[in-house]
Amino acid sequence: MSQAPETGREPVVTPVRVVIALCLVAPFVAMLWVGSYAKTDPVVIGIPFFYWYQMLWVVLSTALTMVAYKLWQRDQRARRASKGGAGR
Amino acid sequence: MNDGVNGVALAVFVFFFVLVTVMGFLAARWRKAANEHSLDEWGLGGRSFGTWVTWFLLGGDLYTAYTFVAVPAAIYAAGAAGFFAVPYTILVYPLIFTFLPRLWSVSHKHGYVTTSDFVRGRFGSKGLSLAVALTGILATMPYIALQLVGIQAVLDVMGVGGGESTHWFVKDLPLLIAFGVLAAYTYSSGLRAPALIAFVKDTLIYLVIAVAIIYIPIKLGGFDDIFAKASEAYNETNPATGAPRGALVPGEAGQWTYATLALGSALALFMYPHSITATLSSRSREVIRRNTTILPLYSLMLGLLALLGFMAIAAGVKVQNGQLAIPQLFEDMFPAWFAGVAFAAIGIGALVPAAIMSIAAANLFTRNIYKDFLKPDATPAQETKVSKIVSLLVKVGALAFVLTMDKTVAINFQLLGGIWILQTFPALVGGLFTRWFHRWALLAGWAVGMVYGTVAAYGVASPTQKHFGGSAKEIPGIGEIGYIGLTAFVINVLVTVVLTFVLKAVKAPEGVDQTKPEDYTADAGDPGVQVELPPATAGSAH
Repeated sequence: MSQAPETGREPVVTPVRVVIALCLVAPFVAMLWVGSYAKTDPVVIGIPFFYWYQMLWVVLSTALTMVAYKLWQRDQRARRASKGGAGR
Repeated sequence: MNDGVNGVALAVFVFFFVLVTVMGFLAARWRKAANEHSLDEWGLGGRSFGTWVTWFLLGGDLYTAYTFVAVPAAIYAAGAAGFFAVPYTILVYPLIFTFLPRLWSVSHKHGYVTTSDFVRGRFGSKGLSLAVALTGILATMPYIALQLVGIQAVLDVMGVGGGESTHWFVKDLPLLIAFGVLAAYTYSSGLRAPALIAFVKDTLIYLVIAVAIIYIPIKLGGFDDIFAKASEAYNETNPATGAPRGALVPGEAGQWTYATLALGSALALFMYPHSITATLSSRSREVIRRNTTILPLYSLMLGLLALLGFMAIAAGVKVQNGQLAIPQLFEDMFPAWFAGVAFAAIGIGALVPAAIMSIAAANLFTRNIYKDFLKPDATPAQETKVSKIVSLLVKVGALAFVLTMDKTVAINFQLLGGIWILQTFPALVGGLFTRWFHRWALLAGWAVGMVYGTVAAYGVASPTQKHFGGSAKEIPGIGEIGYIGLTAFVINVLVTVVLTFVLKAVKAPEGVDQTKPEDYTADAGDPGVQVELPPATAGSAH
């Protein structure tokens, strides 16, 4: 989320980085807001909502972290290219 | 449960145990480097592990036998509250995504083997580094002991634990053998042994979970029936407390506890020395980030595993000691040979983390106590030797702990360990991003957090225990019940921030920072990054 600035000139906060931060923060909001999922219904194949919803979030947060990873890689590659290959 | 030995299950168990033992000793030859007498080789596997090995190693390390036994046991005992392990492991990965790559980079640039190495280099403070090292060792020891409790549970259910009347030596002999073997191959092969054995462990665990989650519900009449029966059981009043045993969904009052436990545990997990050891053994920065995207597979498995707690209730498993619920469920439900496979999975699942934990604790002792305070001119060969011996001592200590004291003591200490280790977060993660905190303020914050956490945990009573009855207590100022570790952590940060302002105002000496901003983003292949060995070690790469 708060990666230190790596170059002097380029802005630290860019739209891509905001998206990365959102991807990483989303699971915290979803999981810590226990009131939003502390209920039994709807039941899916016999499993109460409370349980399958959190298991679903395992998959969702994995997808979000993966998106963050890909975006971060692109961000870093672009920065390196613009600086002529120095530093990461 | 001790109604005779389950011969078939025992035979399968022994077969897998012998298999991993052979693997453990052969592991010394796996990816062997020319210079084996350095701490990097023994204690970090030559820092050479790629994405998959790291994945297995971290998975084997974080999801321990105790987890497999304790998480469903908590569900079995009280229902929803035990499920916090799932959000906890969900939160871990976005969190480490942000800071672990920085730790990897700076550690490889400066040859740091432990978190305390980094803290000393960053803040120029041996005192702070010692505090981090001691906390790490203290928190790890009971964790190792709990792995043994996990093995004991399996042995008990198989009937080889012996009854209460059995002579103590006969009763504990299987555990002593398991432990001797573990100690021997950790000593000879270092981190390579658990890395290799982790493959077997995870294959077995995934297999067992996959079968259990399909086979058992079919036998029990589907999830509808399972949850209906569990719900019934939770509604029954517990004679000890006069309250219902548990609930399928946390009530209003339990939600704060649930969330703070998940968050606090997530923050604490990668402060444990063994998590860091597994991380630093990876080959590059990318390996770590990539791992944060594939490690959650284990969380999914953990979630499924937790459901076994409900199945144990529905299957009518009745045990006094909740730890035995899942092994007993396997014994009741599975044919004997497959129960053996499941027990082997749990048993081996204890060996991998126990090995890594003892290596991590030994590295801490060697680098941050032995080298910093006792023998500053120790050579890499001496460091490795000390580390090997300490890894043995740590394990013997854990064994003595389990054999001489009540199991609840190990569990209490593990609970405290989690609270303690979280108090090193500001120095470590804070230090990775900023040098603003003052080293003395960090030390003071740590001390306050440790004392508050210990005293608060001591004061928690439960129906069965007067002290250390749980990890949640009223949060001062908020009035909700929350995880003590997280409260202590917040107090720790507040003290650190306030004292930093004060110490900066009076111009207290800041200490020398060895690191440079670009060190935190360096990757393998960049100039100056030691992929293989720290500067102090003259050795050849392979």
